[in-house]
Amino acid sequence: MIASLAAFAAAALVMPLLARWLGRRVFAVIALLPAAVFVLLLTWLPGVLAGTPVVEIVPWIPALDISLSFRLDALALLLALIVTGVGALVLLYCVHYFADDEPALGRFAGLLLAFAGVMFGLVTADDVFILFTFWEATSVLSYLLIGHYTGRKESRGAALQALTVTTFGGLAMLVGLVILAVAGGTTSLSELIADPVTGAAGEWAIALVLLGAISKSALVPFHFWLPAAMAAPTPVSAYLHAAAMVKAGVYLVARLAPGYAELEVWHPIVIGLGALTMLVGGWRALRQYDIKLLLAYGTVSQLGFLVMVTGFGTRDAALAGVALLLAHALFKAALFLVVGIVDHAAGTRDWRKLSGVGRRMPVIATIAFIAAASMAGVPPLIGFVAKEAVFTAFLDAVAAGDSWAWVALIGAVAGSVLTVAYTVRFIWGAFFSKTDVADTPLHAESPAIAVAPGLLAAASVVSTFAIPFIEPLLASYADELPGGHDYHLALWHGLEPALALSAVVFALGALLVWGRQRVARLQASVAPVLDSARGYLGIVSVVDRVAASITTAIQARGLPGYLAIIMTVFIGGLGAASIMNTSWPAGIRLFDYPAQPFLALVMAIAAVAAATVRQRMTAVLLVSVTGYGLVLLFGMSGAPDLALTQALVETIVLVVFVLVLRRLPKQIAQRNPPVHKLARGIIGALAGLVMAVLGLVALGARIQPTIAGGLPALALEAHGKNIVNVMLVDIRAWDTLGEISVLVAVATGVASLIFVSGRTGGAPRLDAVDEGVNRRDRLRPVPEPAWSIRAPRTSLADTAGESDAAGEAAETRQTWLLAGRTISPRNRSILIEVLVRLLFHPAIIVSVFLLFVGHNAPGGGFAGGLLAGLALVARYLAGGRYELGEAAPVDAGRLLGTGLLLAAGTAAGSLLFGGPVFESAWFETEVPLLGTISIGTSTLFDIGVYLVVVGLVLDILRSLGGEVDRQEERQTADEGDGAFTTGDGEHGDEHGGTPGEGAEFADGDEYSAGARLPGDGARQPSVERTEEARS
Amino acid sequence: MTASLTLVALMAVLFGAGVSIMLERSLTRVLIGFLLVGNSVNILIYLMSGAPGLAPLLGEGVDADEISDPLPQAFVLTAIVINLGITAFMLALIYRSWWLAQLGAEGDLVDDTADLTEDAEEAADLIRSSAADDQAIQDLIDASDEEPDEDLEEELELEASARDRDDEEGKP
Repeated sequence: MIASLAAFAAAALVMPLLARWLGRRVFAVIALLPAAVFVLLLTWLPGVLAGTPVVEIVPWIPALDISLSFRLDALALLLALIVTGVGALVLLYCVHYFADDEPALGRFAGLLLAFAGVMFGLVTADDVFILFTFWEATSVLSYLLIGHYTGRKESRGAALQALTVTTFGGLAMLVGLVILAVAGGTTSLSELIADPVTGAAGEWAIALVLLGAISKSALVPFHFWLPAAMAAPTPVSAYLHAAAMVKAGVYLVARLAPGYAELEVWHPIVIGLGALTMLVGGWRALRQYDIKLLLAYGTVSQLGFLVMVTGFGTRDAALAGVALLLAHALFKAALFLVVGIVDHAAGTRDWRKLSGVGRRMPVIATIAFIAAASMAGVPPLIGFVAKEAVFTAFLDAVAAGDSWAWVALIGAVAGSVLTVAYTVRFIWGAFFSKTDVADTPLHAESPAIAVAPGLLAAASVVSTFAIPFIEPLLASYADELPGGHDYHLALWHGLEPALALSAVVFALGALLVWGRQRVARLQASVAPVLDSARGYLGIVSVVDRVAASITTAIQARGLPGYLAIIMTVFIGGLGAASIMNTSWPAGIRLFDYPAQPFLALVMAIAAVAAATVRQRMTAVLLVSVTGYGLVLLFGMSGAPDLALTQALVETIVLVVFVLVLRRLPKQIAQRNPPVHKLARGIIGALAGLVMAVLGLVALGARIQPTIAGGLPALALEAHGKNIVNVMLVDIRAWDTLGEISVLVAVATGVASLIFVSGRTGGAPRLDAVDEGVNRRDRLRPVPEPAWSIRAPRTSLADTAGESDAAGEAAETRQTWLLAGRTISPRNRSILIEVLVRLLFHPAIIVSVFLLFVGHNAPGGGFAGGLLAGLALVARYLAGGRYELGEAAPVDAGRLLGTGLLLAAGTAAGSLLFGGPVFESAWFETEVPLLGTISIGTSTLFDIGVYLVVVGLVLDILRSLGGEVDRQEERQTADEGDGAFTTGDGEHGDEHGGTPGEGAEFADGDEYSAGARLPGDGARQPSVERTEEARS
Repeated sequence: MTASLTLVALMAVLFGAGVSIMLERSLTRVLIGFLLVGNSVNILIYLMSGAPGLAPLLGEGVDADEISDPLPQAFVLTAIVINLGITAFMLALIYRSWWLAQLGAEGDLVDDTADLTEDAEEAADLIRSSAADDQAIQDLIDASDEEPDEDLEEELELEASARDRDDEEGKP
């Protein structure tokens, strides 16, 4: 069974591809799958009849006692045969129903096949939660299939109605199943039925499960979704909404009846609602113009009938119920398929417009006639056999003095009368010639389309005569219920009360047909007492309005609005909770050491000032005060790693801020009305207060001793003395792996936001202009013009023609940095260049040192990586973006990728040796000078962290630093250019760009920008040279 | 557990100041608020160590009972580095939005009234589209209900379509 399910899943997944290749013929191919499963099921039949169900169990979630368990007993086998048999025929029918150009054919085929698999899983599942999973999957697939015509409003509306109603019931059912599983101590459906849960738990659980069943099987008051679902293509209606999915509720009732039919909630729901549904459905069917809707209401009626009979609770009724189930699947699927053919041929389903169809489509009409006769219970068809059994079972129960039997009997007889009447209406409406209505024009249909409904109709006849072969399977299930075993299904039982009842039913049905006009008038004059569709629409509309108004109310005013709401909820919720709190810290000190209050005061003043100043830069500097204050706080209270990391991060943050803010206006625009200012202050103050209380409560709420006590031993076991670092790279390495993944995502995001076209690569290189340039010539004047050097100097490349002092200086000054000359002489500082020159390499060495000693002393991959990043920051600040490119001549993405790969590889590596993820191993050796060196997998992991952090800083620098520089220079140059080149046609053509088209600049070519230098005539040769160099 | 009132108060001030700036419309302000809140939360996590002790380094002669709780430190360390990443990302967002909009002196403000109009339109759209779908299928089903007539069958059939049209026009 599991193998079959897997085959369904796999086939459904490849369907979109296969359909593109085969067109509608794909249905003929996939019909083979349910057909094959049908045959497979038949081979299991003898074993099941012998009383040994096929069972397959694969443990899934042992902690919840949930396993993929499947159990094929008589009832499951009957349903599975219906699901796969009808499924195969419906798929076959699809070949002729659809055209090759049907939109989304592959999706449709995949969904329909997936539905067949899911339905098969539903009827064979033994674990209640697996059953529920399949149950919900059928709802979702039904939603997708009803909404097949996504462009039609009615399809979408109908699909959503079906989904809303059935999942509502499904959720109720889940609660019921959980109660059953907990109270019964098992999730196995068969065990729960063999040993039923009783008492209040059982009553509630079964009431909820039945709620799911009646919503799925469209019983009153949930019946309205089924007629609406007729917006689906006809094969879906025939399969899901007649033969298979709506039977899920009936199946569940039949499944539970042996164990739970005696509960008090059972009979009112199953028999009461069943009988009511049978009458309501039949009544509505009798006034339909649309023959498909007529069948849909007929299905509602029959589903009520089926639930009532299968849930009745005696052996004979159960036998009649499953016979009726089989009969209904055969005739109703056939009828829907016939309606599809008529609809196709005539282009309408309204019987007022159909005339003379039967005369011209005799084969189809015959098929419809046989199936409809089975529906009405005409002998010698399976529908008659089943209905006789139902009447007998109910008559026996009435004779035995069962009061619910009266309800059931009267409901069944009255419902059957309506069934006869609407059957006649259907046949007459669809196929007969009507006076004064011209013959409906018909398209020719392929005769092959009649194969599937023909087989189903034939089965309705054949099964009557094969009843001795079918009955053992049905009786095998029915015998689980109490009652004598002497009744057998048969076409002829002799002259007995049930036969008389059938005769009465036909007579009354004929009367209804004869008095059709009076009936119609009566129907129209009776106000709909139970119009649950209107009720549903009302509820949905109220929910929509409330949801929309709440959303607009709480999500107004953009980001500040959202945040204000979130913070208000935070203050209200957590504030209220902390008022009710009773646990407070054991003791409160004023401070830990005398310097602490002083530091805190400075930081607090800085924070409040940062909230009020108008200058961006000042605010950033004030925030930095709080950051560096933290460094001291951490450093003075036993957290050297935090102090080190915080200091490095704070510095980098400050630089990055400056890099971006230099482009934004100095003043922060103040557009907040005074009232908002007051509100912000109040929200901020209250939030701070709540946080203070929360902090104290959290400290007081600890009831278990900290796990810190065990950490030193663990750290030593991991060959490390620095516990914080060991936690990062070993004990809590999963956490760190997650964190560096975030860093990689952030770095990529930053680069993507700034580089508009193509974020890959490193910082720009000096010799990028011409790969042929000898690297040894780097100290020569740079051929590519640097943008910082503005008028009157234009480019270092043509200093030969220059005579100004600045040019001379740039030409002659000693170069301390590789790209020092690309910076405007006015922006160069010899002091900084020398310092950076002297400190860069030692800094890198120290960063590597921090990386390796981190396991035993403060440091580690984060601190090391940040220090290396800071060294790069220094190079960039001193020498510009080309300097950065020379300092780190690597692709930032490659650094990030290598780091992540190294860390993840370390994590997964132990799997190769059969260990769990992140299991550590060490290699220890004595090294002169350094002492004992222990290189472990955690060291490799830390190297990965180091590389990711360096990659992050490099990406930030080349984006927010280098690229922002370049964009700014372009913009300035373009503005200048616009002024300079007025009237210079040739020049203008070359540029194309105009000031203000900021986004485009970034797309432009880096080097052609050389042509946009201010000043023109004299520089023209230089431009040509750059262009030549490029080509 | 015991607590240092100074640190709790500092944490609260940083958090309150941060939240009040985050509620402004300027993105730079939001980011500054975010940094303050980040620092504040780091202090909060760090507070959970209880009383400070020695650095959690197991050198010679260090008593394991006297060291600070290293667990909050590991949390804070990752939080500090993540803060750097988020800050850089938000700066890139601020720069990009400013660059694309070329807001100039407007800086990084987002228009208030445009937001409100957009919200209201979305809500109206939601109600309209959902109700329209439901009404479409309901009309289809209602149209199929037989409307009887006192007259003869022929007339009934001829007039049925006309009546249906009238009905539909009569409906809202």
